[in-house]
Parts: sequence; structure tokens; C-alpha cells
Amino acid sequence: MAEIRETQLPGVGVRHEFTTDSGQALGVISHRGGRKEILIYDRDDPDACSGVVHLTEGDTRTLSELLGASQVTHSLAAVEQHIEGLAIDWIPIAAGSTFDGRSIADGMFRTRTGVSVVAVVRDADTVAAPRPDFVFSAGDTAVCVGTDEGLSDVRALLTG
Amino acid sequence: MTLLAATSAEVAVAFIEIGAIAIGLSFLALAAGRVGVSAVPLYLIAGLAFGEGGIIDVTVAEGFVATTAEIGVLLLLLSMGLEYSTDELRSGMRSGALPGIVDAIANAGPGVAVGYILGWSTPAAILLGGITWVSSSGIVSKVLSDLGRMGNRETPAVLNLLVFEDLAMAVYLPVAAALVVGGSPGDTAATVAIALVAVAVIIGLGLRFGDTLSRSLSIGSDETLLLAVFGLTLVVAGLAQQLQVSAAIGAFLVGLALSGEVQHRAAELIGPLRDLSAAVFFVFFSFRINPADLVPVLVPAIILAAVTSATKFGTGWYAARRLGVGTRGRWRAATVLIARGEFAIVVAALGASLVEGPEIAALGAAYVLITDVVGPVATKFADRGRRSPMTVDPLAR
Repeated sequence: MAEIRETQLPGVGVRHEFTTDSGQALGVISHRGGRKEILIYDRDDPDACSGVVHLTEGDTRTLSELLGASQVTHSLAAVEQHIEGLAIDWIPIAAGSTFDGRSIADGMFRTRTGVSVVAVVRDADTVAAPRPDFVFSAGDTAVCVGTDEGLSDVRALLTG
Repeated sequence: MTLLAATSAEVAVAFIEIGAIAIGLSFLALAAGRVGVSAVPLYLIAGLAFGEGGIIDVTVAEGFVATTAEIGVLLLLLSMGLEYSTDELRSGMRSGALPGIVDAIANAGPGVAVGYILGWSTPAAILLGGITWVSSSGIVSKVLSDLGRMGNRETPAVLNLLVFEDLAMAVYLPVAAALVVGGSPGDTAATVAIALVAVAVIIGLGLRFGDTLSRSLSIGSDETLLLAVFGLTLVVAGLAQQLQVSAAIGAFLVGLALSGEVQHRAAELIGPLRDLSAAVFFVFFSFRINPADLVPVLVPAIILAAVTSATKFGTGWYAARRLGVGTRGRWRAATVLIARGEFAIVVAALGASLVEGPEIAALGAAYVLITDVVGPVATKFADRGRRSPMTVDPLAR
């Protein structure tokens, strides 16, 4: 990750900036009240901005969702809104977990806890709706849906 | 309350007068917004136009207007104090101290010198130094955000300088107020000492109990908070005034003492009240200036503006260079600082009781008006040859 530089702007807020891999300097001002400004620095005059975008708090959430979160999160968030009492958990398969190299079917999660594994995040990819014969490997993150109680049981199984 | 004690006919006249002034100011503020300049110089011009022998005679409402103007100064200073958190003050002090000292000497110096050349007394000369010293935080931050420069690399240099100046005022204002009161050298020394001790005590109390105070204020509703902060400001300012320490600085220190969530809420709540009463302050200040007094001070004002624009330019250039900013950025930082504003007027108003009072007021007003035109124009000029950033602002209408 690129180095992020922080500068205090007294009376305004804080500015963070970094240089992208292609050499473009980018910055973000976080105003006190929660507003943000995205700064695109000028290539000819590196001390000035060639573009400034003002974001409200809501805009910031929208943009970070677009930049950072996968489709799965989005659709799951939608599901969660509809069904009360349903919770989602992201459970990492650590190296040394008993499930490293074992399949979803081996765990019999649904039978034992009522929890479904709805997706698995592996590196940058997301396997949506994995089949029961899907084999976990260390570093995966299982996206599970179920009750709070069931999820904590699954967490114990997967990390155990 | 004079206003309440007055007969109903007088009250009616007072309402109409105050209302007419407020409506006039709203048009000026609208015009200022359209043109993209600060409303302060326009308020000053309005005060000059309507003042002595002007269009509207406000004898009935004067008592009320005068008190509102006084409260306006307090709220102006309170919201300046609310601008900064303790962390920002520390970082501003650390990186702004050296440029800040250069700034003080280079810009207050010419003011003091011109005061002496005009044959003024020492307190009057020192007030003139204060007028030429401090850039207008209000105008500078407005220009920075209007021109899309908040993210620029020279901007921290500018902002740190403003923090230092505002803090330096916490020491300067009480000392200047003490000098104005005057008396024998021994008396003056004693008043100055009391002023400095009082400021130190208020700062100490603020640092020690600021968090506790902020926490205890944070529980109430907006209404509670507004009343509590307003009341606290007036009480501290009043006590400061009784100790011959400028009341304004008491208000500034209350603003500094508040922190965290209460700080932001108070800043938002006080905002509208401040805009209203500060407008009254600026108008009322120039109200009492006879436009005829401006003529003899015009030449000194122009010379002073030319010299201190140059010294302010040098200060900004130096501060930006220290941050490793390139030539164009140094131009921007150097020119944006030229505008003087609210503090200059507050300082000029301090001198009202001096023999040179009318001259200080006239010179201060003329000087502020000149720099408020020259500064923003010069800094827009510094942007020539490059388009101002493509700005996407959903809030700007």
C-alpha cells in the first residue's frame, strides 16, 4: 500500500494524501462536521488541485461502498433488511484450522446449527453460493447467514 | 433595557429603524455572496453611508444597537475560539511559531511606525500595529474554500499562520486594552500585569477544566447548550472587562476551552446569532465614523496598505517556502493573507476612548477596505494562467 501522509488543517479538519501507482497524487480532506473533499492534484503544479469533489456523509458511504465492498455484501445487506433476526458473519479460515482442506459438506453446518455458508471470499474473488463439495483452504473467509447463536457455533467450529 | 422602557411610539420607530438596517444588510450580504467577496467591507461601507448625517437617523435605537454590537464582538471572538481544538493549536503553534514571529514583526512594525510618524501617542501607535498585523481569518478561509484551495499544499502554511495570529491576539488584546486605559507608567505596568495574569488563569482553567465543562454541557438539548454557552461567554467577558482585560479575549478563551462534540455543536448554534450581531458590530463601528474624517487619513491608509501588503506577501511567501511549496503556491499563499478584517476592526474599536480615537477608527476602516479589495483580487490574479479546479459541490447552489 502507498504511504499515506497526514496533515492537520487547523480550523478545518485533517488532510490525507497518497500517490497512486500511476503517479497521480490524491488527497482527502475530512472536515470536522463529517463532510469530505476528494482532491485530485494537478500534475503541472503539484501544490494545487485540478479537481475537487465535495461529499456529504451519505456520499462518502456510497463511494466507499462502491470502492471497497463486493457485490455479496450489497445483496446480503438487502437480505438482512428483509428478514428480522437474520445475521451475517464473516468467518476467516485461519492456517491450522481443522477445516483447512475440508469441504462445506464435511462441516454439516446447516444440520448442526441452521447456518448457511452463502459465499466464500478467496483472495480478491468471491465464490457466491458455494456447492456443498466446496473445499476450504487457509486464508478463505466464509460468509455465513443464520441466527446469532448459530453463527457463534459455526465460528467455534471453523476457527477450532 | 432602554428599549423596553421607551414609550410605544419610540419602540415602533426603533423596530422600523433596526428592521430597515437589517433588510439593507441582507441585500449587501446577498450581493457579497453573488460577487464572492466577504460581507465585512460592505457592512463598513453601509455604516459610513448611513452614519453621521446619513440617510437614517438611529438616535432612538442607538442604545440597543450599541449593546448588540458589543455582543457581536464577543460572539465573533467566541466562534474564533471554537474553530480550534487543542491538538490543532499545538500543531499550529509548533509549525507556525517561527513564521508567526516573522509575521508579527514584519506587519505590526510598519503600523507602529506610521502611528509615530503621524505624531500619535504610544497606545495609539500600538493599536495601529495591531490593525496592520493580523490577517482576516474569515476572509482568508472564505477565499480558500471559494477558490478550491483547501487541499493545496501551501494551505497548511496559511492556516498555521492564522492560528498563531489568533492566539497572539489573546495576549495582544488585553495588553493593548490596558495601555489604552493608561495612567502613570506604574499604573499601566500593573494593569498589563493583571491582564496577563488573568489571561493565563483563564487559559489554565480552560485547559484544566475544559473537558469537564464540555462534558457537563453536552447532556442538554440544543436550547440548553445555546443558552449556557451564550451566558458563560457574557459572564467571562464581563469579568475580564472588570479586570481591565479586554472582554473580547474572555469570549475567545471560552471558545478555546470548549472541546469535542460540544465545540462543534456550539459553533453551529452560535453561528446565526454571531452573523447577526457581528454584522451590527461592523455597521455600528463605521456608523460613528464621519465620512469627512476619511479624507485626511486616506494617504496614510494607502501607504500603510501598500507597505503591509508587501510585508504580508513576504511573510506568506516565506511560510509557504518553509513547507517546500513551489513558486506558484508561494504566490497563492503570499497574496491570500493580505486581507485584514475582523480583528483589525476589533482593535480599532478598542481605541475609541483615546484622543486619536476618531482618527484610528477612520484609518482602520479605510485600511481594512483597501486590503479587503486588494487581497482577494491579488490572490485571484495569482491563479491566472491556470483554471481554478473543476469543483463538484452538491451543496453550492
